[in-house]
Amino acid sequence: MKKRLFLITGILIGFCTADLAAQSQPHVFQGAELITISGDVIANGVLVVQNGKITAVGAAGSVSVPRNSVVVDVSGKVIMPGLVDTHSHIGEGDGGDRSSSMHPDVRILDAIDPMSDTFKKALAGGVTTANVMPGSGLLMSGQTVYLKTRPSNTIEEMIIVVDEETGIFGGLKMANGTNPLRAGGTPGTRAKSAALVRALYLKAQDYKAKMDAAEGDPDKMPARDLQMETLVEVLEGKRIVHNHTHRHDDILTAIRLAQEFGYRMVLQHVSEAWKVADEIAASGYPASIIGLDSPGGKLEAINIRDRNGVALERAGVDVAYHTDDGVTDSRLFLRMAAFGVREGMSREKALESLTLAGARMMDLEHRVGSLEAGKDADFIILSGDPFSVYTKVLQTWIEGEKVWDRENPDDRKYATGGYEIFRGNVHTHYGEEEQ
Amino acid sequence: MNTLFSSLLITLLVFAMPQTGSAQIAVKGETVYTMDGNPITNGVVLIRDGKIENVGPANRVRIPEGYKVYEAKIVTPGLIDARSVVGLAGYYNQQHDQDQLETSNAVQPELRALDAYNAREFLVGYLRSHGVTTIHTGHGPGAVISGQTMIVKTTGNTVDEALVDSTTMLAITLGSSVRNNFSSPGTRSKAVSVLRQELIKAQDYAKKRSSDNPPARDLKMESLADLLEGKITAMVSAQRANDIMTALRIQREFGFPMVLDGAAEAYLILDEIKASGISVIVHPTMIRTGGDTKNATFETAGLLQQAGIPIAFQSSYEGYVPKTRVVRYEAAIAAANGLGFDHALYALTMGSAAILGIDSRVGSLTRGKDADVVMYDGDPFEYLTKVTGVIINGVYYEAEFE
Repeated sequence: MKKRLFLITGILIGFCTADLAAQSQPHVFQGAELITISGDVIANGVLVVQNGKITAVGAAGSVSVPRNSVVVDVSGKVIMPGLVDTHSHIGEGDGGDRSSSMHPDVRILDAIDPMSDTFKKALAGGVTTANVMPGSGLLMSGQTVYLKTRPSNTIEEMIIVVDEETGIFGGLKMANGTNPLRAGGTPGTRAKSAALVRALYLKAQDYKAKMDAAEGDPDKMPARDLQMETLVEVLEGKRIVHNHTHRHDDILTAIRLAQEFGYRMVLQHVSEAWKVADEIAASGYPASIIGLDSPGGKLEAINIRDRNGVALERAGVDVAYHTDDGVTDSRLFLRMAAFGVREGMSREKALESLTLAGARMMDLEHRVGSLEAGKDADFIILSGDPFSVYTKVLQTWIEGEKVWDRENPDDRKYATGGYEIFRGNVHTHYGEEEQ
Repeated sequence: MNTLFSSLLITLLVFAMPQTGSAQIAVKGETVYTMDGNPITNGVVLIRDGKIENVGPANRVRIPEGYKVYEAKIVTPGLIDARSVVGLAGYYNQQHDQDQLETSNAVQPELRALDAYNAREFLVGYLRSHGVTTIHTGHGPGAVISGQTMIVKTTGNTVDEALVDSTTMLAITLGSSVRNNFSSPGTRSKAVSVLRQELIKAQDYAKKRSSDNPPARDLKMESLADLLEGKITAMVSAQRANDIMTALRIQREFGFPMVLDGAAEAYLILDEIKASGISVIVHPTMIRTGGDTKNATFETAGLLQQAGIPIAFQSSYEGYVPKTRVVRYEAAIAAANGLGFDHALYALTMGSAAILGIDSRVGSLTRGKDADVVMYDGDPFEYLTKVTGVIINGVYYEAEFE
C-alpha cells in the first residue's frame, strides 16, 4: 500500500516541478468581484497566485502586490473558486462489473481515459475538482477517484491524494434502492441488499480486528485482501462512502447502515431529501444533490424537486450539488444551483454548494473550494453573475495554470459543441439496466 | 332529489369552467412582449370570454369594472413547444405509460396521436407551470413513420378539451435510431427505399381515391395521400447533415409540405436548407451529444436564425431523465449562445405558431387570439426567474408546482 503511494506522489512531484518554474512569478488578478466563499464577497478585489497556490486575497489597497508580478486586469469580471463536482462520470470509466454485487476492490482509476473530451467539457463549465465514480448499478461498484480536471496524459497527474500516509485519493461508491436489484437474481429486494452490505462490513470488522491484533507485525497480519483493505479504510474513517440513494426510505436505510458500522458517508442524489430533511439533518450526514429539468424518467426518482436545496439548507444539512455528468452537463453546473436559488436557497449556500461544501465531502477543504491564502490556485473567471444564463466562463485556472480560455478557439469549442468536438461517449446510465 | 340536482349542477359547473366560465381578466405587466409590434412598457392585456379583447399601454387601455387584475414584471404570449411526446409518454417511464413509439412496424402513418393522449398526465401540468401553453405532441422519433402528431393546449380533462388540431404532421425519422427499434430497415438506404416505396403506393392511392371508382379505405394510404396532397405536413427528424440532405431530396421528389426536426448538423449545410425554404424545429439546445447528435451545438438555433431559416424550439423525446425538456430552458441557452433574447422569444411564440400553422389563434398577444398569457417575475430566460401565473383560453392557473 505504501509502495503504491510513493509511486504516485513521485509522479506528481515530477510533474509539478516542471511547472513550478514557470509559475514562480506571482500573478495578480485585479479589479474583479471576488466570491471567496469562505468570507464576504469583495467588490473590487485582488487575488495573488504563486507556485500553484493562492498567496493573498483581499480588497484593492489592502493587499500588497509583490514585485515582479504579472498583473492581470480583470475589472468587471467575477472570480470564484473552481467548481467542485461531488459526483461525476467524466473520463469514460466503466460502470459496475456484473459478476457480483459488491466490488470494493475495483478502482475507477484503472479505467479512466485522461484524454477524454469530457474533461474539456468540465473545464468549459468551470469544474476543476471532481469525484469521478463508477456507476450505481451495484451495491458497491468500486472506489471513486478525486481528481483535478487539468489536461493530462496520465491519470496520475490528475489525482488528488487526500491522505499522504494512506495514499487515499477517493471514496467508495455504494448504491441502494432499485439500481442494484436484479430481477430473478441477487439482490432481488431492498432488504436483501441491506443484508448483503451488512454481512460484508461484519467481515471487514473481523479483518480489521485481526489487523489491529497484529500490532504491525507482518507475520501476524491477515492475508492481503483488496476488498477487505478498502472496507477497513472505510471503517477507520479514512475513505468516505458516496451512497447513491433516491427514495425517502432508501435514504433512511443508507443512514441506518452507516450508523451501524460508524462509517463516514455522503448521501448522493437524495431525490426525496425534501421529505426527510430533518431526519437527514439529525443524522449529521451531508447530502450531495442533483437538479433535473423535469421529474420523471426514473421511477424511484420521480419525486425529485428543485426545492431539495432549500429544504436541506433550512434543516441545517451540509449540501452540495453534483452534475452526475452525463446525466446533466458539466457545462451547465452553475445553472443547477441557480435553480436552487430560484426555489428559495440562499445565494451564499448555493455558491458554497458548488465549491467548499463539495470539498468537505471529499476531505479536500484544506486544498480547494474557496479563495483563501494557502489553498490551491483553482479559480474561474466569469463574465458576470454566476447565476445568470448570460454569464460565460471566460477562463479556468488550476493550481495557478490557465487550463481553459474561452478566447482560444480550440478551448471555446468545448463550451459550445460542434462538428467532431465530442466523441459522443456520454455516460447517462440509460441502457445500463440501471433504471 | 335535491342533493342529486345540486351535485349535478356542481358537476356541470366544474366541467364547464375551463370552456365558458373564464372570468374577465386584466393582466398588467411592467413590460408586455406582445410579439405583435414593439414591447409595451406598463402594458395591459384585457381578456374576455377566453380571447384577447385588447392590448396596449395602461394610459390608453382602461380596465373595465369587474375584471380580475393580475400584475407581473414581464408578460409574454403562451409559450409553444413545437415538438413533444408529452401526453403519449408519461413521467413514470414504465411500459404502461409509454405510447410514443409502436414497434410492430416501421411504417405506421395511420396511428393517431389523439387516441393515446393522456390530458391528465403529470408532465402536461409540469410544462404548463413553466409557461408552456401549447404543445405539438404525438408520436416520437425512431420509426420510418411512427405516426401522427397533433396540437393541444396544456389544459383540459380530456383530449377533446385540449385539442387545437387533431392531425398536424407525420413523424418521420431518418438516421441511425430506426435500426435500434426495428430489425428492418437496418440501414439508412433501406429506410429511404421503404419510405419512397410507400409514398409511390400512396401516389397511386391518391389518384384512385379521387376517381369515380375509389379503392377500399386503407388507413395507412389515406394518411400518406393526405401528406401528398398537402393536407398534413411531414416532420422529418434528421440530425446528421447527410440525413438532412436525404430529407430534402425526398421532399423534392414528392413535393409534400415538410419541416425538419432536430437538425443537429444543420450548421454544415445552411445554404442548402435556406434554399429549400424549409423551417427547422431545432433540437433541444441542451441535447446530449451522442450518436447522431454528437455534433450538436448550443449555437445551432442562432446559426439557423442568422441564415434566415425559420426556427422553433422543442422538448423532443427523452428516454430517461429528465423525462421532458422545457422549451423555455432550451430557448434560454440558445438566447445566450448567439440567438439573442428577441429572436429566442419570437421562436418560442410567433415563430413556432407560424411553423405549426396556428398563428391565427396563438403566438402573440393580439386582439381576437386565444387568451394564452404567461407572467414572470423577471427575464423569462434568466435562471432565477419564476413563472408567476399562466392563462390558457382565458383561464388562470397558478404556476405553483408541487
